[in-house]
Amino acid sequence: MIVASQLDPKDAVYSHVIPAGEPWVHEVRQGQHFRIVDLGGNQAADTLFYNAHDYADRYSAQDTIREQGNIYLTAGTKLMSTGGTVLLTIVADTCGRHDTLGGACANESNMVRYAIEKRHMHACRSSFLRGLIEWGRGMEKRDITSNINFFMNVPVTPEGKLTFEDGISEAGKYVELRAETDVLAVISNCPQLNNPCNAYNPTPVEVLIWDSPGV
Amino acid sequence: MSDTPILWDETVQPGATWSHVLKRGTALRMTDLEGGANAAAIFYNFECPVERYNMPDTLKAQHIARLTTGFVLYSDMGRILCSITGDTVGWHDPIGGCSNVSLVAAKYGEARYQDCRNDYHKNTLDSFKIELGKWGLGPRDLVPNVNFFSRVDVADDGSLSFHTGNSRAGDFVELRAEMNVLVIVNTCQHPLDPNPAYSPKPVGLSIRRVPSPAADDPCRLSRAENERGFTLTERYFL
Repeated sequence: MIVASQLDPKDAVYSHVIPAGEPWVHEVRQGQHFRIVDLGGNQAADTLFYNAHDYADRYSAQDTIREQGNIYLTAGTKLMSTGGTVLLTIVADTCGRHDTLGGACANESNMVRYAIEKRHMHACRSSFLRGLIEWGRGMEKRDITSNINFFMNVPVTPEGKLTFEDGISEAGKYVELRAETDVLAVISNCPQLNNPCNAYNPTPVEVLIWDSPGV
Repeated sequence: MSDTPILWDETVQPGATWSHVLKRGTALRMTDLEGGANAAAIFYNFECPVERYNMPDTLKAQHIARLTTGFVLYSDMGRILCSITGDTVGWHDPIGGCSNVSLVAAKYGEARYQDCRNDYHKNTLDSFKIELGKWGLGPRDLVPNVNFFSRVDVADDGSLSFHTGNSRAGDFVELRAEMNVLVIVNTCQHPLDPNPAYSPKPVGLSIRRVPSPAADDPCRLSRAENERGFTLTERYFL
């Protein structure tokens, strides 16, 4: 569902451009609005969320899709945690559909999917690990669970096939979420070079945060 | 499908939980004893449990949103935990997730041990957490689960619907362990099962020794990705 935001980037209290191949870890407070902008078009923003007060309570792809009865994330989707907490709600979306079944790329999954000699190529789960190691606070690999791929289009067919379709995003499209509790956001701006989903050209994304808008 | 002697068989009672380190070179057969069972399961490399079943890697390596014979369960490290070497059902659900305490209470009402003894209402999430605790693992080790015997259809618009009558009495699925795999199974109902009654079903388990996957093994040859997955798994044991 296409829903535009009324918030003006010049009122944002925080903004940051994440280059492709880099992690970003940041807390978003309850009531704040958090926007991710696809600056170059069809760029995967692989994203994990945690309850900032209990990292064991984290975003769950299965709980989110089951609670809304649909595999696609868009405006209105409540992002559910493993513990049944609503972490964030998608309040605006100019892309229309985001994936949460395709997961994040890894050196090891690239070896399976593409070729064993792809091991050396940079991958999201290495960025996630680097981000968590730098964040510290006891976070480690077992905290990396099923993620959201903002701006990615991964349909499932009625026959039970998972397909990777051409992107439906483009430069300037964005998704905006309201934090329903204090959350930790972890993004890997995807460096994948083996998949046509980003036209083999990973590009930066921008993150912006607004204080509780009340507009 | 294997026909070697059964070394051990056991019934997981309705709503109950079972765990075991399934050894490489053995296979676990799960049988829907009455029809309409659900066997929620999670998988870990027993030697290094931070390597565990990865739903997205399993789905995207094989371009699937269902599981049946010829497909495999991938860990997050590019290796194969288990192969599906036999299946009379045709569709097992990898995306629907598991029940939790509030879902079970809302759907079926309260039924506590004090009043109901061992027929008290269980849920899969808490059952997984308890069983993980027995192996020194905890809530941070939870991963998306598979629901054997259940089917969830996805329509073109992405909407989910539970497919009633997917599995019949006597249907079975066989998992060949390609590593030493900690498997945890719980038989609570599927979270999308529309049945308004709390009525989990029993699941029969049997374990056999089975031959190593041959060069022409159907799971190995089902896709180029799986050939590489078997190669990486076999290298782990060198």
